[in-house]
Amino acid sequence: MRYSGLKVITQGLFGNAGWTPAWRDPAPKAEYDAIIIGGGGHGLATAYYLAKNHGLTNVAVLEKSHIGSGNIGRNTTIVRANYFLPGNSEFYSHSLKLWEGMEADLNYNVMHSQRGLINLFHSDGQRDAFVRRGNAMINQGDDAILLDREGVREHLPYLDFEQTRFPIYGGLLHPRGGSARHDAVAWGYARGADQRGVDLIQNCEVTGIDIANGKVVGVQTTRGAIRAKKVGIIVAGRSSQVAAMAGMRLPIESHILQAFVTEGLKPVINHVVSFGMGHFYISQSDKGGLVFGGDLDFYASYASRGNLPMVEHVMEAGMTLMPMIGRAKVLRSWGGIMDMSPDGSPIIDKTHIDGLFIDCGWNYGGFKAVPASGWCMAHLMATGESHEVARKFRLDRFATGHLLDEEGTGSQHNLH
Amino acid sequence: MRLKCPLCGDRDRREFYYYGAEDYLHRPAEGAPLADWDNYLHLRDNPAGMTRDLWYHEAGCAQWLCVTRNTVTHEISGVKLVAERTK
Repeated sequence: MRYSGLKVITQGLFGNAGWTPAWRDPAPKAEYDAIIIGGGGHGLATAYYLAKNHGLTNVAVLEKSHIGSGNIGRNTTIVRANYFLPGNSEFYSHSLKLWEGMEADLNYNVMHSQRGLINLFHSDGQRDAFVRRGNAMINQGDDAILLDREGVREHLPYLDFEQTRFPIYGGLLHPRGGSARHDAVAWGYARGADQRGVDLIQNCEVTGIDIANGKVVGVQTTRGAIRAKKVGIIVAGRSSQVAAMAGMRLPIESHILQAFVTEGLKPVINHVVSFGMGHFYISQSDKGGLVFGGDLDFYASYASRGNLPMVEHVMEAGMTLMPMIGRAKVLRSWGGIMDMSPDGSPIIDKTHIDGLFIDCGWNYGGFKAVPASGWCMAHLMATGESHEVARKFRLDRFATGHLLDEEGTGSQHNLH
Repeated sequence: MRLKCPLCGDRDRREFYYYGAEDYLHRPAEGAPLADWDNYLHLRDNPAGMTRDLWYHEAGCAQWLCVTRNTVTHEISGVKLVAERTK
């Protein structure tokens, strides 16, 4: 079914009884050309682009729970292309272009909203770093505008400009940055992949990866064995456990990142704002809730819930930046499992096992990367060669020293 | 979460600095092959369950601790001084 405004109106007139499921619920076949482990944003986007860009439609996506039940369903929905390092810069630039065409491409409203993103700075040194970053973004073909203190005040008059601890010197405005409806992104890609013939198999957990003579031949699942010559591991926080089924150790440690949502308020924050003193960032959802988050909990965890010291830290940062936030009630918080790489950048690469590919290490920046990650992973699985914008996301870059340490914070997993 | 430091007793998590998996204790010998250094510095088992990792009692006795911990429940079943462990 093709969605349109007319469809919404006519369905509304006839009791909305004519809508059909957005995707099928097929039983797994005995063999596929390619299997994708993980039905999250990245996995579904990979399946979609495998079918659309490479004509590979005999593909299964295996999801242990339901579609979009992982990090794509629990994140703070920020979309941006404000990276500095060659390797990251062109990748996220490519991703932002795909975001801009996504709704037309998928025939799905993902509520992509380019409301502008402002990174605040609080010292001369931070300003210099942001000038440099802004120039890198412009050189890459994206947009960046340096705002002074008064420029920030025009956009964000509600910030506490009088504070002395973290005085606001200015901000870097990225007008094409913004947010999108995270669940809709998963559903849009799921529907698009399904329409092109991809089997989305839910409640199907992979329990083993079958390897013969150094080549992948299939997977074992809770719904039986499935054969395939190509298998992609795209499971975010669970990358280490799935890779261990193939006898691999990854440069990944899993950590918890917490986020918070307040009660619904009238429109008050128009942009996405990030506060350079910590990792505090905030935006307002279309439903009205303020969505904000901060740093990792800083120690390896799969608990899917956070600890209180980081809750306190995030609230402190919010109150320092915009005291008005203290009047809002926090409705809920959650902790997502992030697969942290030692340099803060992702991995999209082949493994040493023929036919086994991996897409992981998104740290806590995976949402904005969904379209380009799918695009590049599909290219890699279909052609066997890395896509030109993801060529530096190598699995062996830690051994060879070709790191992509965007923040310059070192080689510890929890520091990114 | 609270950690029971062998020297200072039961203390708040905020007194401690987390370093990472205990792999950091197994430093390869000088001249070891590249793969050993990659293993030591970057590659991790990263279990969902029992793990052993290193914490520094920064706001206390300044000792390095080896903590046995469940990454799913945050339950801590053992804390040892790294100094005694490697003696």
